[in-house]
Amino acid sequence: MGAREIVLRLNGVERPVQVEDQALLIELVRGLGLVGTKQSCDAQVCGTCTVLLDGRPVSSCTTLAIEADGRRVETIEGVADGPALHPLQEAFIERFAFQCGYCTPGMIVSAKALLEERPEPDRDEVRRWMDGNICRCTGYETIVEAVLDAAERMRSTP
Amino acid sequence: MSAAHVAGTSARRADGIAKVTGAARYAIDMSVPGMAHAIVVRSTRAHARITGIEREAAAAGPGVLRVVTGDDLLAAGFIPYYGHVVLDHPVLAIGRVRFHGEPVALVVAETRREAAEAAERVEVAYEELPAVIDASEALEPGAPILHETRGERVGDEGFDEGEGELGRNVCAIARVAWGDVDAAFARAHLVVEGEYRYPMLYGYAMEPYNALAFFDQGDLVVYSSAQHVYMVRRDLARMFHLPLARVRVIAPYVGGGYGTKSYTKVEGMTAAAAHFTRRPVKLDLSVEEAIHTTRSASAWIRARSAFTADGKLLAREFDIVMNSGAYTDNSPLVNSKTANRCFGPYRIPALRVVARSAFTNTVPASSLRGFGAPQGNIAGELQMDEAAAKLGIDPVELRLLNLLGPGEELLPGKRPLDADLRDDLRCLADALDWPGATLGHSIGLGISASDAGAYPTSTAAVRIHSDSSVTLFTGSTELGQGSRTVLAQIVAEELGVPLGAVSVVAGDTGVVTYERTTGASRTTTVTGRAVQEACRDARRRVRALAAAAFDAAVDSIEDTAGGIRAAGRDRSFGEVIERWFGAGGEVLGHGAVRRAEHFAKMPPFWEIGCTGLEISVDRETGIVDVHKLTTVGDVGFAINPALVHGQDAGAATMGLGAALREELVYEGTQLVNPNVVDYRVPRFGDLPDRMEHLLAERRDGSGPYGAKGAGEGAGNTVGAAVASALGRLLGAFPHELPATPERVWRLIRDAQAADQARDQPAGRGRDTPPDRTT
Repeated sequence: MGAREIVLRLNGVERPVQVEDQALLIELVRGLGLVGTKQSCDAQVCGTCTVLLDGRPVSSCTTLAIEADGRRVETIEGVADGPALHPLQEAFIERFAFQCGYCTPGMIVSAKALLEERPEPDRDEVRRWMDGNICRCTGYETIVEAVLDAAERMRSTP
Repeated sequence: MSAAHVAGTSARRADGIAKVTGAARYAIDMSVPGMAHAIVVRSTRAHARITGIEREAAAAGPGVLRVVTGDDLLAAGFIPYYGHVVLDHPVLAIGRVRFHGEPVALVVAETRREAAEAAERVEVAYEELPAVIDASEALEPGAPILHETRGERVGDEGFDEGEGELGRNVCAIARVAWGDVDAAFARAHLVVEGEYRYPMLYGYAMEPYNALAFFDQGDLVVYSSAQHVYMVRRDLARMFHLPLARVRVIAPYVGGGYGTKSYTKVEGMTAAAAHFTRRPVKLDLSVEEAIHTTRSASAWIRARSAFTADGKLLAREFDIVMNSGAYTDNSPLVNSKTANRCFGPYRIPALRVVARSAFTNTVPASSLRGFGAPQGNIAGELQMDEAAAKLGIDPVELRLLNLLGPGEELLPGKRPLDADLRDDLRCLADALDWPGATLGHSIGLGISASDAGAYPTSTAAVRIHSDSSVTLFTGSTELGQGSRTVLAQIVAEELGVPLGAVSVVAGDTGVVTYERTTGASRTTTVTGRAVQEACRDARRRVRALAAAAFDAAVDSIEDTAGGIRAAGRDRSFGEVIERWFGAGGEVLGHGAVRRAEHFAKMPPFWEIGCTGLEISVDRETGIVDVHKLTTVGDVGFAINPALVHGQDAGAATMGLGAALREELVYEGTQLVNPNVVDYRVPRFGDLPDRMEHLLAERRDGSGPYGAKGAGEGAGNTVGAAVASALGRLLGAFPHELPATPERVWRLIRDAQAADQARDQPAGRGRDTPPDRTT
């Protein structure tokens, strides 16, 4: 069982880490104490474990940790700017877009990637983009509203 | 009391920032130094005697600390069974397995990977026994018997009638009956009858079951994903012969519950592993393992309803068989709730219901949101629509004609109906533009009233600090329903302090006060009352302190927002406290409710379901599109309207999943879809085009300010509503859920074939099955 050192840029900070070859990205980030990223289906279906790899959403439960070598990894812990919440986070609170909160880190991280790529999505685009993220509590409507809300806030406050 | 009311406002969630920043901690996130990891070895047989467990090879694996079996628990003198009604569920299998996937052994190692690798090397020898998967077959003479003896009875939930017929795999029987049913059917103008099926479901709370257990100076400490921390405490105390005070169960935030995390799951085996290894042990199940832990009971129902020509119900009869799986768990209560909830909140002169719950060699069934109501509703509500079609009466009118009014008894001797169902239904029908005008679309709606299964034992404590801020202690677990927010609103309302000055401590039996469960939509209503009592108690104590501190007569002191008025001057709580103590200090108030006074009559409230939807069908594929979904939340008073909407939206969406897609499928003796790929829950793409959540607030509930529970009702009627909408659209009512594309497509084809047969009487007879060659 091999192990090697990789260097990733984790939430904006360069981090050299020792990882086993077969370790998953979710094990790496949670092992570093970033337990905001949650595990659920283990099959790249539910989106709960979503992190951004070079800005693109990936399921960290089915991504090898070594794939992060030399790349940018962003988790939910990196979304807020210090104490200042990201517009998505504010919108999720105001719209009651979560209940148990277990899927929320993956939702916010996925939505962040959407808004970076499509700053003015419509309702259908949000639904299509987010279809890989499952929520069992809310019935989704408030999440769609929150993402649309956040997009508007981000446009009005550049 | 306070100038600005906080009860009745959509105050932001108390857990908001924690949950959007990833800071919220769930049991699965917990770790302690020296923690070992466990993996479960599961049965590969549905029904077998265990003739040997070879664990040497696994135990010799790298990092392995111990392989634990059920026999180890027996040998150590522990009680190796759990169950809140009947003590029949082995912590780990003892001599026999009763379902495929049952835990047989636990491998504990330094790392999770080492434990998983060693688990592959545990060899279990089985002597196979005949298995039975179908509940009706299990009740037949000659079926394989799962339990030769009944486990010790430790709870009274749900056994309406007993434990007879164990020889026939009967887990529980419930009967509800009144009036002369046979005579009523004999004089009926119309009898509607049929068989109905409701599927086995998996709740899919996204945080799978997990626990972290360790012993601290002889006290057992368990972090768990459990909803009912006090129920788990009782099971663990019994198991290890410990006093209740020496077992501490902690549920931090819980990643979804919906009833599926009621009662004990993995806590016992994790604690046993901690005992045998003398190490903290963490056990995290996968989703596939979680599916093999708890599911909901499927139901087969044979129902008939008798009507007069003008649409009045004369009698109803239901014969129900539920599949309760391998162990008792909560099946007696689910079974009796199905019996209570199937016939609907109607005036029924004669009624006969028999519900039997059968043991089978399948995953044990237990609680899931609204249990009993969705299962029974598919028969009871759908027959209202079938009768309406046959009588030529509008289905809404037919319901209005038969619905019970406020204050009427739905079940003899129980709390009279605390809701205006006729008004709720009219409101729903109006919101949906019933009967609808869009060609190719169809509206389905339904109504239900569930006897909330919330035994009203609840306590709470509030501490008022010397700066007038308040800490509330509650045993109610935050599952996402927003208990921390709503209960804080009640505290702020009662004491007249700002919401931001209220903190809530929850879900830790070592710290918080007793709460029987967090289920059956009880928190706002029952716990809320205990919180009110605690606040009143705290106020009484503050008045007593003020009397002493300011040298005033106790009965001259008035309550004010955030304090008292003594000798003509307003004083905050903090001023009173600091004056009395001299420096610092606090006041502690305790509140308790029990099955008396307010809650003397069961149920503590009726949970109302009033949901409808507008659908269309793609006739080529059988796919159902939901255009609009409307809920009417009859909650008495919405202490936080946004949270009520959230409960209604969530429950209705779960109901949609069961109505259209979700079903656990057994082929042979194994589940064939124990994963989220093949067991398909609703996604963003399934979101109805429009959702609308209305509130009916008549202050008619037994909770604070007239509130009553929410969270289950909105989902209860969705299955029958989908089936009735499909029936009106396609000319044939589906009797089996979920209405998957394949089932809908067959329904369309069968209806077409029936039409053709009618058109060509010389050709095929009406009973000829449709052509199935394509």
